[in-house]
Amino acid sequence: MMVPKPASSWARLITTGLLRRPSHPFHASRSTIAPVRFPSSPSCGPFASVLRERQFCSSSSSGDESEDHLDEFLDFPGAKVGFINKIKFTAERPQEPVPCFRVLDDHGRLIKDAYMPEVDKPLAIRMYQNMVTLQVMDTLFFEAQRQGRFSFYLTTFGEEAINIASAAALNNDDMVYAQYREPGVLMWRGFTLKEFANQCFSNVADYGKGRQMPVHYGSAKLNYPTVSSPIGTQLPHAVGAAYAFKMDQKPLCTTTFFGEGASSEGDFHGAMNFAAVLEVPVLFICRNNGFAISTPASEQFKSDGVVAKGHAYGMRSIRVDGNDTLAMYATVKAARKMAVEESRPILIEALTYRVGHHSTSDDSGKYRKGDEMQHWKTMRDPVLRFRRWLEGEGWWDTDAEQKLRSDARNEVISALQSAGSQMKQPLTNLFTDVYDTIPRNLIQQEKELRSTVGRHHEDYPSDVPLY
Amino acid sequence: MVRRRFSFGLVSRLSSPIYGRSPCSGGIWTPCLGQKRSFMTAKDLVESEEPEKKVTNRINMFSAINQALHTVLDSDPKSYVFGEDVGFGGVFRCTTALRDKFGRHRVFNTPLCEQAIVGFGIGLASMGNRAIAEIQFADYIFPALDQIVNEAAKYRYRSGNLFNCGGLTVRAPYGAVGHGGHYHSQSPEAFFCHVPGIKVVIPRSPSQAKGLLLASIRDPNPVVFFEPKWLYRLAVEEVPVDDYTLPLSSAEVMRKGSDITLVGWGAQLAIMEEACDEVSKLGISCELIDLRTLIPWDKELVEDSVNKTGRLLVSHEAPVTGGFGAEIAASITNSCFLRVQSLTQPQISTPAFS
Repeated sequence: MMVPKPASSWARLITTGLLRRPSHPFHASRSTIAPVRFPSSPSCGPFASVLRERQFCSSSSSGDESEDHLDEFLDFPGAKVGFINKIKFTAERPQEPVPCFRVLDDHGRLIKDAYMPEVDKPLAIRMYQNMVTLQVMDTLFFEAQRQGRFSFYLTTFGEEAINIASAAALNNDDMVYAQYREPGVLMWRGFTLKEFANQCFSNVADYGKGRQMPVHYGSAKLNYPTVSSPIGTQLPHAVGAAYAFKMDQKPLCTTTFFGEGASSEGDFHGAMNFAAVLEVPVLFICRNNGFAISTPASEQFKSDGVVAKGHAYGMRSIRVDGNDTLAMYATVKAARKMAVEESRPILIEALTYRVGHHSTSDDSGKYRKGDEMQHWKTMRDPVLRFRRWLEGEGWWDTDAEQKLRSDARNEVISALQSAGSQMKQPLTNLFTDVYDTIPRNLIQQEKELRSTVGRHHEDYPSDVPLY
Repeated sequence: MVRRRFSFGLVSRLSSPIYGRSPCSGGIWTPCLGQKRSFMTAKDLVESEEPEKKVTNRINMFSAINQALHTVLDSDPKSYVFGEDVGFGGVFRCTTALRDKFGRHRVFNTPLCEQAIVGFGIGLASMGNRAIAEIQFADYIFPALDQIVNEAAKYRYRSGNLFNCGGLTVRAPYGAVGHGGHYHSQSPEAFFCHVPGIKVVIPRSPSQAKGLLLASIRDPNPVVFFEPKWLYRLAVEEVPVDDYTLPLSSAEVMRKGSDITLVGWGAQLAIMEEACDEVSKLGISCELIDLRTLIPWDKELVEDSVNKTGRLLVSHEAPVTGGFGAEIAASITNSCFLRVQSLTQPQISTPAFS
């Protein structure tokens, strides 16, 4: 890698391609962003124009251009930059995609010289137990939906490591703004199988009072705001909440999860930009699982995935193997530390694969090959991969595995039975909580509804209490 | 039965450029709507909710709103004002001097992205803060419609009351000023009136604006607060200097009458007052009602009035079709069917451009 010797301080700024960040009202002084080094290459590389050789060059490299840069600069309010006397377009993406951090190989063996996070046996086993329980819960809840016991479900197959390892790396008081494929975070924090099942059955014990579709969990005691269906709407919420933590001077961060599809939404752009400008402690964890329902990532963006977008907003970012439990844990831990201590947002792109269908309303065989799904389900399963590492450490064995899976299965079945047999939410909860107190128009509507129910009792569902 | 009523006089007054210049002494504005008259003052209110003997200042609407924001930021350390350009005072001066007094952490500019302004506000509010978001013009609120409708309005309900964003208030200037064209004149209140879970509040005057805004900010539900921009400078009245609130979901009878009930909100009430004065010369006695809160609206007060008069006329700047007047008309027809002799909306609305 070549770093040219600059003639002047301004030229140095140009050749590193980055500028000192202007002083910001919130912080008296901030260090410069660490310059990103690209591999050296001829200044035009593969991006030379085909029309006229080297007329317009584009380059992803920031080296070896000092002869083109003029030793002048002007401070526009929008950018304090040096000039250049050639037309040079910045390449649409860097020469190489951003590399992906991993600690374990696909067989669960520690990669040579890999950064190893501090994970002791109790933590590792707890993570593994949660990953397996999540897998078992998903399997049986999916089946329950197929049997018609509740209306809808979506699984987290293939993304267990992202769910559990992230949760393990966070503080329990960090607010988590989830999309919908992160029930593992709740599970880690202590949401019980019964609580999951209650929500899916919309029964009288559901904290959400039966108002939402299944998998739209929420828990105030576990700092996990209730999930909503629209994609990406939670991202700016996480930024606002992070601002609250910052103002309250709490050593906490917020984390928001989303898929790569959500990175196309306007809310992603708005949230990322606000987070960077307002300098708030928020982690943006993107589960790039390859599909947004049927839309593959190649039809979602042309950038180098989602990690490349961090740079565009002035945000530190990292790409990690989402199927590597240890790598996820290490990354989220490091990101959290930076976010909290330096009050900055961090973007984490966790590469993974959505093993299951998008939901029970989807048949992904229609848009992807069965072999591919099977391959990722078996050969690239994050749960198995972590298990291999645990076994390698001598912390796990077949007996423990059998017992865990059997216990988990029994508990899940018991939770389903218990939740399924309970009454639904009472009619009165159709009208409460629209506002803090029930307004007169809703009181009137409730009266009218009850009057109708009274006259047509035979049409009224028998498991919905009338109180 | 719905009959058409046209009033060109009202249209011409709307389009006359009477604001922005002050023919009056001392730079104090009184609107010159055809004839010189003072704007509705606190003492003109038929059913005044303000206690007697208050210390008042003669100020315009943006100053009254500014006072309300000062009061909130002063009294509640967990309150924040943010939006585009609020730092230097805002394009309508509503946030003047706030940043200097309360600091850049509590009064700050945001990047130009309405959906993120409201989304950020929801997050801030859900953590127990008062988040006062400014949308620069109501015409630009639409990118935030998803966050308002799908998130803010449903935050409490969908979580089973585990969470709420009641501390959110979204303020936006709305309404025609004559030269605003398509995109600086809209009255989008009807879009929001269709959303259970939020409140929509529209003041008609400076004193109303201060009291209603304080009430909206403190209300434990998300509120969309539309400020008639036409009245920011134009409307001047005695406004109490202290901290006071006016009740939400409580309409106000501005003048009592017996022949017809007129219902309106915001800037339109100034026009309707004129109309009341004109027809009183013909011996028609109008009961003029300011709805103040559009949802949840004070249906009982309007019903009582229509039961008395037998006639209802609703007038608003927003387009007629699907406007909130239609909701009031339908609702009153339903509840006062046997009493109502006529039900009318003027078949004009503010021109899309002027």
